[in-house]
Amino acid sequence: MTPPLLTIANVTQSFEGTRALDGASFDIGRGEIVALMGANGAGKSTLVKILSGVLLADGGTITLDGKAFRPRSPAEAGRAGIATVHQSTDVVGIPGLTVADALMLGRFADRNSPFFLSRKTVRREAQAMLDAVGIALPLERDFADLPAADRQLLAIARALSAHPQAEPPHLLILDEPTASLSAAESRRLFTILLRLRQDGLAVLYISHRTADLAALADRAIVLRNGAVAGAFARPIDFSRAIETMIGRPLAPPSAGLVRPRGVAVLEARQLRLGPDAAPFDLTVHAGEVVAVTGVLGGGKSRLLSTLFGVHPLCAGTIHLDGRSYRPRSPAQAIAAGVVMAGEDRHRSSLMPPDWPGHALKSTISLPHLAAWSYAGFLFGGRERREAETAMARLSIKASGPDASIWSLSGGNQQKAVLARWDAAPSRLLMLDEPFQGVDVGARAEIIAAIRARTNRATLIATSDREEAEAVADRILVIDQHSLMADDHPHPADLQGTPAPLPEGRPHDRAH
Amino acid sequence: MTALTDDPIPVTRPVKETAERQDAARRGGVARRADIAAGLRASAVFLLLAALLAGFTIAEPAFANVGNLMSILQGVSVVAILGAGVTLTLAVGGFDLSIGAVAASSVMAASYAMIVLQLDVFATVPLVLAFGAAVGLVNALLIVRLKVPDLLATLAMMFLLSGLQLLPTAGRSISAGLVLPDGAKAMGVYDGRFLLIGRYSLSGVVPVSVVLMAVVAVSLSVLTERTRIGRLLFATGGNEVAARLAGAPTLRLKTLAYVLSGMLAALGGIIIAARVGRGDVSSGGSLLMDAVAAALIGFAVLNLRRPNVLGTIVGAVFVGVLLNGLTMLNAPYYTQDFVKGAVLVGALALTYGLGRRTR
Repeated sequence: MTPPLLTIANVTQSFEGTRALDGASFDIGRGEIVALMGANGAGKSTLVKILSGVLLADGGTITLDGKAFRPRSPAEAGRAGIATVHQSTDVVGIPGLTVADALMLGRFADRNSPFFLSRKTVRREAQAMLDAVGIALPLERDFADLPAADRQLLAIARALSAHPQAEPPHLLILDEPTASLSAAESRRLFTILLRLRQDGLAVLYISHRTADLAALADRAIVLRNGAVAGAFARPIDFSRAIETMIGRPLAPPSAGLVRPRGVAVLEARQLRLGPDAAPFDLTVHAGEVVAVTGVLGGGKSRLLSTLFGVHPLCAGTIHLDGRSYRPRSPAQAIAAGVVMAGEDRHRSSLMPPDWPGHALKSTISLPHLAAWSYAGFLFGGRERREAETAMARLSIKASGPDASIWSLSGGNQQKAVLARWDAAPSRLLMLDEPFQGVDVGARAEIIAAIRARTNRATLIATSDREEAEAVADRILVIDQHSLMADDHPHPADLQGTPAPLPEGRPHDRAH
Repeated sequence: MTALTDDPIPVTRPVKETAERQDAARRGGVARRADIAAGLRASAVFLLLAALLAGFTIAEPAFANVGNLMSILQGVSVVAILGAGVTLTLAVGGFDLSIGAVAASSVMAASYAMIVLQLDVFATVPLVLAFGAAVGLVNALLIVRLKVPDLLATLAMMFLLSGLQLLPTAGRSISAGLVLPDGAKAMGVYDGRFLLIGRYSLSGVVPVSVVLMAVVAVSLSVLTERTRIGRLLFATGGNEVAARLAGAPTLRLKTLAYVLSGMLAALGGIIIAARVGRGDVSSGGSLLMDAVAAALIGFAVLNLRRPNVLGTIVGAVFVGVLLNGLTMLNAPYYTQDFVKGAVLVGALALTYGLGRRTR
């Protein structure tokens, strides 16, 4: 047996008194895809930062290819043969630059590359980079027009060929690469990863999505509290892996439980989301959780934001509790009892660190300031009480109502966003990708909280089929800005054996 | 700042138990030192201000008499009031570059109202404040409706106003007996009651302009830090999308910030006009930069690292004390801008460079 490519032994890392890594040890073999699983705060990102040279480990040893490995900068890690692709791939390029430019950005910054670069040279070298890793991308396309999946591939291609003068990378680290990819796009990525593996590249793959891991991983390493809590060889038993990850047995899945349906809260007739989109009907009842899935750009967010008054309605009528409803702004929607937590909570819900309103309590209180103030003055008592109630109800882990929202894990941030809209009664709650960057444990708690309220209707947009099945009574598919029939399981379902659809009408067009 | 350096951390811990104990002790020490360092940074500007006051008093005992301290406050009142306006626009994520020009043209507007239109103080003051509000409204329209970037819109407004203020008098300064472009002689004079705004002191001690500054400071501090509107103003500047999705009327909030900024600048212009007693075409030269500097020094006050009204006022006073003290110590006038710049660089380095590490 050949020695492993990378050996991590007893690595520790502390920040201001908290142990992010507490003696983590495992190894990765050549040409092996290893899944790294762990709840938020388990130490995954700290480990990635150490391996990619962003952080210097406090203790422990790392051996790469038989040599001690202690990178002091990302460049040093790159030269040693570790290529890292971070979660956000929006920043790998700059709008206005072509794909070829974006690929070559690292070379532009390289002091060894020639001072003058013609467009032809850039194109030729970019093509050579792509050929070396076997990825096809439109080189002349503007980076801004590039779909999320292509951005991910671009980031991988660039990471793998960042250091042409050093030896080729041995290990590729991918952090949640499918977070904004559709199922078909993910499969394209997997095909490329599997081929790179055949060429001898090892991959450390960090993801919450068990479908991804089932399709790819040779082994799964589960981190908990900064140490390895379990390792699972293929075939990976994901329920056990997840139980190891969250440290307790999983709650029984909620999907398939058909709850008694209340009155129709939202009735949309002949709704058109765009001038060219086909009209469709949609009804959501009180006490019902409806999930809308579909590919990226299919219109999930468009549907929700239209119902929330962000985008004007192209055509059709909407009734809310039998009364005509046509919001022209989120403020009007909120006044009518329709609330929405947008996609990407950092962008759509949270205030920046150090800025007024970044505390947990003010994250929750933002839409309720008028109701919770006295003649316009805020004394803080009501905000604090409401935050304490929410922390208890949704088990938000924070040092207190004054804790910065940025000190919370992704799951707890998302709970705070949910708590914001749970703090006052509403008729229709809409959540756009509520499980982004949320670990399985927190996801279960959020699902339970969503389903605990039976006096309102809930509409959830998610591109993840698995999430939709876990949370919803009914799943609809939207494509090309129109609801599609959902009699057939999604062909792109990667688990091979798609779970049966929950009982209930498969789609709303029938009536 | 020795408190900020970390001890080298041993890589190997032979005996786990003792290592943990050492670790806990080290963490406690680090936490205490971090608290002290944070406290020092939060109060750094106040400590420096106290040190300056003490130092100048020792060097020149006349510095500490009430009359001199009040004249410092009177000197900074206009900059502080304008700075409060900048702070409001910074809070909504914008920037008002037109305030200096608004103040300068308010001086002209007030003089024109009294000397040419022969209005009294009770008509002039509301008129000039309305002028400031109108400019703010136009700024807001450009920014909110036409989506012109803040800096560009208010920069354009600055040029427009510095030209506009010259038009009614064909470029002449306004004082009693002004000959108008059509040859007629202006018959009005400055209202004596108007001049009191700039020249009267309550009980002979506290100048009216200092009282106005205090009123602006307190009311805007309460508005921004303690009310629903203030939270929404900051929400608009912090994350406009999030604020809108939470139902905040972000466009109206931005408009409010620019209108208030314009009115505060007009108030500053009224104080200048009442102090000088004539409409000078060259007034208000360095007001914009001084007000912006005060607002930015304000970021360091209490180590808030964000616009805040109290910090802006303290920032303006800090610069005023420093300049007054140095003048008393016979520092030449031409060192003033250098001193202001040094304070600004120091304050920003303190805020961003040193403050960042422990958070």
